[in-house]
Amino acid sequence: MAKAKITFTDIDQTVNVPAGTRVIEVSEKIGAGIIYGCREGDCGTCMMHVEEGWNNLTEPSVLEEKVLRENMASRHDRLACQAQILGDCRVKPA
Amino acid sequence: MTASRSERQTVAQPGEAVEIAPGVHWIGVLDPTLRAFDIILRTANGTTYNAYAVRGRDGVAVIDTVKAGFAEEFFARLESVARYDEIRVIVLNHLEPDHTGALPELMRRAPQAKLYISTRATTMLKALLKPKDDERPFEYETVGTGDEVSLGDRTLRFLHTPFLHWPDTQCTYLVEDGVLFSGDVFGCHHCDSRLFNDRCGDFRFAFDYYYAHIMRPFKTYVMDAIKLIEPLTLKIIAPTHGPILRDRPRRSLTRYRELSSASFSERIDNDERSLIVFYMSAYGNTARMAEAICAGAEEAPGVRVSLYDLEGGELQPFVDLIESADALALGSPTINGDAVKPIWDLLSSLAVIDLKGKLGAAFGSYGWTGEAVRMIEDRLRGLKLRVPVPGVRVKLIPTDEELDACRDFGRALAGAIVSGERGKVIDFADLG
Repeated sequence: MAKAKITFTDIDQTVNVPAGTRVIEVSEKIGAGIIYGCREGDCGTCMMHVEEGWNNLTEPSVLEEKVLRENMASRHDRLACQAQILGDCRVKPA
Repeated sequence: MTASRSERQTVAQPGEAVEIAPGVHWIGVLDPTLRAFDIILRTANGTTYNAYAVRGRDGVAVIDTVKAGFAEEFFARLESVARYDEIRVIVLNHLEPDHTGALPELMRRAPQAKLYISTRATTMLKALLKPKDDERPFEYETVGTGDEVSLGDRTLRFLHTPFLHWPDTQCTYLVEDGVLFSGDVFGCHHCDSRLFNDRCGDFRFAFDYYYAHIMRPFKTYVMDAIKLIEPLTLKIIAPTHGPILRDRPRRSLTRYRELSSASFSERIDNDERSLIVFYMSAYGNTARMAEAICAGAEEAPGVRVSLYDLEGGELQPFVDLIESADALALGSPTINGDAVKPIWDLLSSLAVIDLKGKLGAAFGSYGWTGEAVRMIEDRLRGLKLRVPVPGVRVKLIPTDEELDACRDFGRALAGAIVSGERGKVIDFADLG
């Protein structure tokens, strides 16, 4: 299975994950600083900033785009409960 | 000129705003009969919902409102210092219902006013106001740290202070007068009509209690907020609950800093990781397992192991211990198909601390069925702890082999604690 590395820069921790893993699955187990609310892409609490590898996450859905817009997300912000990891990336809490 | 003692003895009267600085008024309400706030917080003399009005040359700003049931009292105080058509700005430092209950009516009475909320508050605002399609859309602007709104001769500057204690929390600083409208930060549930911290009864315990239940889970964010607030000239801190802090306001910052440093220093030793083992034992079997687990874990260099019988202590110090530990292991016998109550009491007390990144484990002896271990593991996972080593269960009295298995379990747990060092690349499969 294809693997990818995700680095949580706030805690300086990198995890090797199977491609397709959601960021939420990793960040909670590793203790990264991203805070979660509804966990279903609705509340916007888990907004994270993608420092590198923006294109290595799945495309945001229409609903995620809407929540990002409503939360005044900057260009490389995503919801950690929605984004799936496809390739190497570096993220931190937004 | 310094205000005389009698002038400073201002007491909140019905229908009258109270001036806290020239042109800045408290227009909040007292709720002295409240005994339980949001179910989880107790208060021995109620609370206040503080709101403020700031008059500038070009209009009036209202900072926060009050709980819905107290709206009329709030409007009466507001009307004593401003007309609705003068209100240009409404600032909501966070959108919790106890501060936004009077908002829809305020917006109806002052339709020209523009709302200023933090960038994270938009979805909450829409959920709160539930605008209908045929209604005039409300005017709002989202603001972040450094953004300002001018009232002519006075400036409101915003500070983004997320998660204190809602995701959308911000503080608002009245630049020219050094007044920080801090929202729930530096607040407490203490109701005293004398309003100011130099006149109220001793509320220090209420201040600490509020912090412990509301802010403590977000300590990192508290420290970030302190960094933003520290450089400001602070003459008054005006929170949304409890006394207005005009006497040595900076002491509140110092106290928040103290409370946000872990109860114990972050690590017992810079190079050591901490594992706390708690157990309950009816016949000494789970206790023997706990001792064997500790013996195994202690073999790992760099792991300090502590062993406690839950029966012998109060919960609160144990919660403090867990907060500064890297891992906790819980041992319980199984009685009537469940773990014993002190274990659940401890686990249900952990919501007030940040558990991110900690490891958890469970073990226990049992007579018939032994469900407790799996149930504790499920709860630990529910609290978002990582459970890297499957729990050990022993039927009744542990044999030497079974105690060896406990030592192995301790070694494996200690190994998982050490391998979680920062900077290392770890595999998702090893996260357990």
